[in-house]
Amino acid sequence: MKKIAVIGAGPAGIEAASALALQNMEVLLFEKSSNTLTNILDKAFLFPDFSLANDMVDKLNKKLLHQNITLHVGTEIVDIKQEGHEWKIIDKKGMSYIVAAVLLSTGYTPFDAKRKEELGYGIYNGVLTSLDLEKMIKYNHIENSMGEKPKRIVFLQCVGSRDEKSGNNYCSKICCVTAVKQAIEVKKLLPDTEVYIFYMDLRMWGQSFEEMYRESQEKYDVCYVRGRISEAATTFDKKIQFKAEDTLVGLPLKMNTDLLVLMVGMEASCGTKQLAKKLSIEGDYGFAQSLNIHLQDNETTSKGLFIAGSCKRPMGINETIADARSAALAIMDYVDVNQSNKESLADNN
Amino acid sequence: MGKHYWNEYQKTIAEDNYFYERSCIRQTFFPGSETAFLRIVKEVLEKNIYDEENQHTCTGIGYHADVVPLETTMTVVARLFSLMKDAGYENYVPSCVTSFGVFSEMIEIWNHQPETLEKTREYLRKATGREFDIPKNLVHPSDIIYKFRHELKEKMKYSLVNRFTGKPLQIVEHIGCHYAKIFPEKGVGKAEFPHVLAGMIESWGGEVLDYPERRHCCGFGFRHYLVQENRGYSIANTKKKFESMEPFEPDFIVANCPGCTMFMDKWQYTIAEMENKTYDKDGYGIPVLTYEEMAGLLLGYDPWELGLQLHQIQSEILLDKIGIPYNPKEKYKGASGKILPKPERPNHLLV
Repeated sequence: MKKIAVIGAGPAGIEAASALALQNMEVLLFEKSSNTLTNILDKAFLFPDFSLANDMVDKLNKKLLHQNITLHVGTEIVDIKQEGHEWKIIDKKGMSYIVAAVLLSTGYTPFDAKRKEELGYGIYNGVLTSLDLEKMIKYNHIENSMGEKPKRIVFLQCVGSRDEKSGNNYCSKICCVTAVKQAIEVKKLLPDTEVYIFYMDLRMWGQSFEEMYRESQEKYDVCYVRGRISEAATTFDKKIQFKAEDTLVGLPLKMNTDLLVLMVGMEASCGTKQLAKKLSIEGDYGFAQSLNIHLQDNETTSKGLFIAGSCKRPMGINETIADARSAALAIMDYVDVNQSNKESLADNN
Repeated sequence: MGKHYWNEYQKTIAEDNYFYERSCIRQTFFPGSETAFLRIVKEVLEKNIYDEENQHTCTGIGYHADVVPLETTMTVVARLFSLMKDAGYENYVPSCVTSFGVFSEMIEIWNHQPETLEKTREYLRKATGREFDIPKNLVHPSDIIYKFRHELKEKMKYSLVNRFTGKPLQIVEHIGCHYAKIFPEKGVGKAEFPHVLAGMIESWGGEVLDYPERRHCCGFGFRHYLVQENRGYSIANTKKKFESMEPFEPDFIVANCPGCTMFMDKWQYTIAEMENKTYDKDGYGIPVLTYEEMAGLLLGYDPWELGLQLHQIQSEILLDKIGIPYNPKEKYKGASGKILPKPERPNHLLV
């Protein structure tokens, strides 16, 4: 039975591990954290169907029960080396594993909103990130810094994305639709709360996204303002005052809000950056680089080394799952070809 | 939450041997501040600082008002640096925040464009026959006071505490735009929440007020004030700041920029005369101090020697709160020892 190492037990890692296990391969799945799916655990609902994130977590974790999968949580991989046709994986404790192929699925990390200090995250209690709000939604406990129900919530898009100042010129892709989803969830829980979304442009690229955006306006009365927020500060009554420009009206504005929600983008995770660099497959912004975005998007310049999910670029969960299956297929092809080559070499000898 | 992340960024501030350059306007509006700084550095911190008598403008006000071309500013800055070279110093300390911004900008241009640096050397040579070196360390005097704030604290007679209530004084700090908004890495704590004055306040017992327009311009804005027709913009900006800080009832304001200190002090008089409005409860206005005056007062320097009587907003209420003694009879005593005539009283602002 061929042994494959999958590094990172997020949706990509688990899905690929499951697909490979079903094809009778032995999978060693490594996860740095003590838990799988850490980026989904605190999510309430998933876009665009508002399905429960917990259901997704349960379903993915069930796939790990396959006998061909060995899960190593709390295991950080620090080195990966190619040795002939095989790969040697070394963890932080110095344990090494020999495998036929490696899949990197080390994922993303949310942008640290403290880096945009003008927006006051970590300074003012009324400034949250989309992740903080998601937790509040999950536990149905949305309140302002005074412990009251917020009368107004303002979302700001593109925090740490499409932003030269923070060094991330790319679009994180999921924040637009996440803000629309969260705005609807807030209105479902707090119908009297005013909700505003400040955006540069809304990128409703996926199936049902545009309809959600329309519904948020028609059914839930969410207000959209085209403009960026330049700075946030606290007021005497502990609310958040911010300055922005409404670029459609062409005027600056100043508003108060109970909560300012920063829609943080996705950055290559620490593990992605370190391993991509070590393996010489580092692409733009620290993400891992595939061989060809059109036809070999799971392959890399090193044979037997594959990549899947948001370690390559920002991706939603459904895309990640599809990409993980595609990576599993590419690994199976590679293992088959490698096997045939070895057999024909043996026959010739 | 509540952690001050801006504390984390520190810059390099030389330990000793400073070349001091005075401001064009500070000696008129806050005549005791620069002397107090030199006194603190020499007598309290026992550091070496050189006060050059042949110094001149950096062109900052003309440069930002677009009446002095860049090449001229570069050459004038180069001459100032040549004075430092001749005096045998490497650490340049300009009193004015705008000068600090101008010097930082010129050095940045020279670092990026060596050919421009050579041109400047040539211009200076042709005009004056002088040579210059780029300073090894360029800091604002407020950086030096910040760096040694704990050492100064040990020698202070008073602290920023209201002696009647025992509570910390509530202080608005205002940082000049040219301190860190041009080059964030040149300021302690970077651009959005520079810690240079906040650090002094916190170390000396006071509490920094975080009000909505904390980072807003003081109202000077150079062309907003220098062009007479634009002065409405200038005072409107200052008014916006005062309206924003009013509910927090600050005990005083401290600033590190000549323009900010002056405009936040003087425009209070103008607003009071125009609208019969002050932003304190009792009609006296909110005192505006320089950081040297704040440090000097706490070290026990005489308020009138520091020049507080020359401010528009008078400081006796603040001095009483801290418990600093003063002689009202000597408030207008001139350098010759003669008592000078009292200034005219404003119509609305109490003094």
